[in-house]
Amino acid sequence: MQNAHAKLERHSIGFALAILFVASLGGLVEIAPLFTIENTVEEVEGMRPYTPLELAGRDIYVREGCYACHSQMIRTLRSDVERYGHFSLAAESMYDRPFQWGSKRTGPDLARVGLKYSDAWHVAHLQDPTALVPGSVMPPYAFLSETRLSPAYLESALRSLRLAGDPYSPGQVREAPRHAAWQADRDAQYEDELRTLYGENVQVRDFDGQPERLTEMDALVAYLQMLGTLVDFDALDPQEIAR
Amino acid sequence: MSWMMTSNGCMNSRPGRNTWWLQCFGIALPSPRTLFSTLNSYEKHRKRTMTLTIERSFALVALSLAGFLGIAILGFARDEMFALHGWMIVVAVVIGAKALLDRFEDGTPAMQKGYNDRPIKWAVIAAGFWALLGFSVGDLLAWQLAFPQLNGEAGALNFGRIRPVHTTAVVFGFGGNALIATSFYVVQRTSRARLFGEIGPELVVGFFNLFVLMAVTGYPAGITQSREYAEPEWYADLVLLITWLGYFGVYLGTLARRVEAHIYVANWYYMAFIVVIAMLHVVNNLAVPLSFAYPKSYALFTGVQDAMTQWWYGHNAVGFLLTAGFLGMLYYFLPKAAGRPIYSYRMSIVGFWGITFLYLWAGSHHLHYTALPDWVQVLGMTMSIILLVPSWASVFNGIFTLNGAWDKVRTDPAVRFMMVAVLFYGLATFEGSFLAIKPVNTLSHYTDWTVGHVHAGALGWVAFVSFGAFYKMVPWVWQRDGTYSQRLEAWHFWLALAGTFLYVVSMWNSGITQSLMWQTYDAQGYFVYSFMDTVIAMHPYYVIRAIGGLLYLIGAGIGAWNIYLTIRGPAKVTPEVVAAE
Repeated sequence: MQNAHAKLERHSIGFALAILFVASLGGLVEIAPLFTIENTVEEVEGMRPYTPLELAGRDIYVREGCYACHSQMIRTLRSDVERYGHFSLAAESMYDRPFQWGSKRTGPDLARVGLKYSDAWHVAHLQDPTALVPGSVMPPYAFLSETRLSPAYLESALRSLRLAGDPYSPGQVREAPRHAAWQADRDAQYEDELRTLYGENVQVRDFDGQPERLTEMDALVAYLQMLGTLVDFDALDPQEIAR
Repeated sequence: MSWMMTSNGCMNSRPGRNTWWLQCFGIALPSPRTLFSTLNSYEKHRKRTMTLTIERSFALVALSLAGFLGIAILGFARDEMFALHGWMIVVAVVIGAKALLDRFEDGTPAMQKGYNDRPIKWAVIAAGFWALLGFSVGDLLAWQLAFPQLNGEAGALNFGRIRPVHTTAVVFGFGGNALIATSFYVVQRTSRARLFGEIGPELVVGFFNLFVLMAVTGYPAGITQSREYAEPEWYADLVLLITWLGYFGVYLGTLARRVEAHIYVANWYYMAFIVVIAMLHVVNNLAVPLSFAYPKSYALFTGVQDAMTQWWYGHNAVGFLLTAGFLGMLYYFLPKAAGRPIYSYRMSIVGFWGITFLYLWAGSHHLHYTALPDWVQVLGMTMSIILLVPSWASVFNGIFTLNGAWDKVRTDPAVRFMMVAVLFYGLATFEGSFLAIKPVNTLSHYTDWTVGHVHAGALGWVAFVSFGAFYKMVPWVWQRDGTYSQRLEAWHFWLALAGTFLYVVSMWNSGITQSLMWQTYDAQGYFVYSFMDTVIAMHPYYVIRAIGGLLYLIGAGIGAWNIYLTIRGPAKVTPEVVAAE
């Protein structure tokens, strides 16, 4: 062995190629099959791409680095399931670019936080966490209520997602900024249109308690309120999930 | 001798001193003289000119690519910080292009002789800067968790936004620059060849630091992918990719010039670090940018596949940047400082290929009990446990190297730093394999135990071996008799050690406490503690951790001051004997 290795040590390019070959094996075996094996991501009723407003909220979640303290992955452990709800399915993050499973729970898991609290609770909590939850170490996000959402970028955003493979239609891409405003409309005038376009489980209302304007708080709360609400677990076959 | 070593006044340039470790492996080396006397002067001239042309062409292509990127961003950006980053790229390209032209304007310049230590000096200074910034922000984050009022109202200094400032400044800023500096030093000395490229190495250092600068200024403004340890957005990733290819070129080019027939162990590790980080960086950052208007992109992969790709990256950023790279540092500076050869050549080979093969399989242990298919979790766990074997092979190789030189652990703080670094490496790799076991992971995952584990490795291993190496390398590179003060080195050592202990022990306690509280049921099967109970219980540990971080920061401040005074101090009194050529 030492003789063979002594030979290898004399060739810098050969050595570099050997490293590349040996190091690529792990990824080839563990990652590549995830794209080809059909049951990596199970098919589940109710999963749909994000609406433009939810996507804007998710972008704010990503921008603020919420994953540093909040996971979005309920593991198959009793203490996880009893505290946060049904364990997370692979399909539930099938439109997440990037995934936000997180690695640390300084705060609680958020995978099923949707509809657990009222919009008003979320707004008040985000503005001043310690006012609602004494002892909380979460930073305040009051500035979200003061910052108007600029939805213009959503057209490029949906175009990129479509390019990456998400099933948005060209019409949805073009109208994304308008659809974002529709979803936070206080009178929900366009509820039917949005439901036809995006699915029955879209929530349409003013989210931030400021019906006269569209803010980043609207977007973030819309995102938080849909987390974990898309899949109806009562209708799912437990055998199928237990796979 | 063309570009061969004559003397740069460096400690290592005396004939015979550079090859002593190879001789103990039973490898006889041809002398440089016999190897190169056959090259006639025409041949030498041709080679020189060719090298310069190659370097100039590659540097021009790289600078042009970066320049186009910067100008496109300036032309279309609709985001202030994004536009500022466009300016940063353009300014860096202009400075680089000017340096390139200045260096080559006389057509056929004479090839420089001696080792090229300028880029090393730049990288050392940059590493010191990012270390102080990264440690300061880290300690601020620690205090924020203990006293959340420190977040302020503005948002830009919120925990979530500046946490990646800490990780990027420390991992890439401090760690990356320390690796670039030492790798440039080691590859020259162990190859007995001048660094490839007259301007390339400095461009690598400059653009690498441009990448770090764009990353850490982007996060407070909200520019992030929120992929752990891969937060920088697509344009910064492109700058890093170009830089990294240049780094690889400089490294291979220098190895190609080597006079030693065999490539020394330290270089294997540095090469693995460069090659694997390039592969990980490209695959993990595959994304679709919105346009040149926004500093934003969406990942090409989603959900499960994205998670697995990210932790394949994340775990091996630890494996190849924070482990392989620093093992390369250890394999040069520990035997050099101890004056002893590496204990075992065979263990070096086993350790190296074991780590290179196994690390890449271990990433899935970050995703135990998640929606990732079970077979990947079990495979990741298995490989993580086996990984302990090559890791500890390196530990024993390091410790036994000190045999016969243990007195230096007492008398030389730099050797003490490196010895303790090896012990922490052993501790952290054992802990890592242990935490990768699925049932153990139920206790540690999502808690501070993970944070403590990372810091046992980062504070105790990565930074300690860097401090030790810097205390040796800085006087060598700047040609000083030694550091300004060994007493200050010792102060740095004890403060850093105390800080690390406070940090790691408090995080073990907080992690296990919180996890047990999450899993405590009463007789009826209900949870005893609400989530908030467990957060409040963390407070004392967070305060202790922040104090530990402060001690570590003070130690690093003393270290930086010591290094500064060393650089400012007088040059060697008795210059090294010039090798007879």
